[in-house]
Amino acid sequence: MSVIQPGQSTRFVCRSYMAVVLAPEPPLVDWVTDIEQRIKGAGAFLVGSPVVLDLSAVKLSQSAIAHLVAELDHRGVRVMGLENTDPATAGAGLPPLVRASRGAATAIDAVNPPKAEPKVEPRPKPTTLLLEEPVRSGQSIFFPDGDVTVLGSVGSGAELVAGGSIHVYGALRGRAMAGSNGNTRARIFCSKIEAELLAIDGYYMTAESMDKGLRHRPVQAWLEGNELKITALD
Amino acid sequence: MAKVVVVTSGKGGVGKTTSTAALGVALAKLGQNVVIIDFDVGLRNLDLVMGAERRVVYDFINVTQGVAKLSQALIRDKRLDRLALLPASQTRDKDALTEEGVLSVITSLRKMFDWVICDSPAGIERGATLAMRFADEAIIVTNPEVSSVRDSDRIIGILDAKTVRAERGDRVAKHLLITRYDQARAARGEMLTIDDVLEILSTPLLGIVPESEEVLRASNLGAPVTFNNPGSGPARAYFDAARRLLGEDIEMTIPTDKQTLFGKLFGRRAA
Repeated sequence: MSVIQPGQSTRFVCRSYMAVVLAPEPPLVDWVTDIEQRIKGAGAFLVGSPVVLDLSAVKLSQSAIAHLVAELDHRGVRVMGLENTDPATAGAGLPPLVRASRGAATAIDAVNPPKAEPKVEPRPKPTTLLLEEPVRSGQSIFFPDGDVTVLGSVGSGAELVAGGSIHVYGALRGRAMAGSNGNTRARIFCSKIEAELLAIDGYYMTAESMDKGLRHRPVQAWLEGNELKITALD
Repeated sequence: MAKVVVVTSGKGGVGKTTSTAALGVALAKLGQNVVIIDFDVGLRNLDLVMGAERRVVYDFINVTQGVAKLSQALIRDKRLDRLALLPASQTRDKDALTEEGVLSVITSLRKMFDWVICDSPAGIERGATLAMRFADEAIIVTNPEVSSVRDSDRIIGILDAKTVRAERGDRVAKHLLITRYDQARAARGEMLTIDDVLEILSTPLLGIVPESEEVLRASNLGAPVTFNNPGSGPARAYFDAARRLLGEDIEMTIPTDKQTLFGKLFGRRAA
């Protein structure tokens, strides 16, 4: 037996795991036979994987639950938890009661009224897409939610479409379309311009109409009224 | 552990088949057990370049469909018994290739050889994607001109997306082989330079094969240049590339054909 020394801290860790939920239905004998058939067929994944029994469809005594768990164990199905049953029926030797994180008002709730659960805000969507590899010819990157940053080059015949701004740290040889959602403040930055086409909020400029003196130089492009402007950054 | 290498390019006519044959011979001459597979079903050429066209009985498709055993379809080279060829079918088309069939053949070949080199057809369709599907490494053959380079860029993108390794989150090691390089034309600005190509494709260089009549002559004879004229510029370039594939660290050069004094003096008059 180990003794926790004073001052020694114990670390409790909570983790979530995936489990298969089986919901027995009456008559139980037929249900167990059915499970047995499934295990022989395609249900072999049940053997050895964690299983939770959802007992909402049946009303079983403690001994009946113990019998059912033993029957399943005999067939290789290991029950690690019980769900939706009266806490009174749970007891020594039986798997613990568990509760799915969502749904199912359970008998447990009657005994331990749930505390007001902290509201979980949906995690905000990322607003930047970072690409560490070059964007190759023929690839099309579409990111309407925000900025796109490319660490490598964008090949001739490749396409970037961003709701926000576009940043290319290599050469930009393909097409770059920023502000695709009507964001007129979006800009395009690149460290070497050889682009086929630049566009911001639908206003575009092809390679032909770009100032020849800017080619191969680092530039930025922005929108001034209805006109796309380009200027060198060096 | 056998390595599966795809020789690919996107664009046609850049030298995939020539390079597959020349590298296969070079690796075999360096002591490796090599099989080269022609994936160009319906337009096969590798058998001609290897001089084995009269010995084809069964082919790749026959094996994948269970009509013939792999050992019946493999053609051992008469000059080098460490080298074998699995020819494509000429009477079928690319639809005859299935992913399961290709996988089973490649799995068997992995056990028999050190190197399984897949000669991809041009394009980005079924034949090309199946040729690269199970590759561990890729040799991208590029000519120093813009259309070839752009097609290579496209193929590199596909290698990073549609191979089994890429789908597992792994990487296909990529090597760039620049062929038909003419230093004089590059210097005059009529061709992209090596630096241009490397800058655009940002892929490590495996070798530079100079433009040479030797290559065409060898192909027509059915003996890859690494057999026919091992001292020639392109042959030495392929041998260097093969050594780099084997992990040797060799200085990058552009080997040229040695011209004898006699050739220099009389070459022009004879031409």
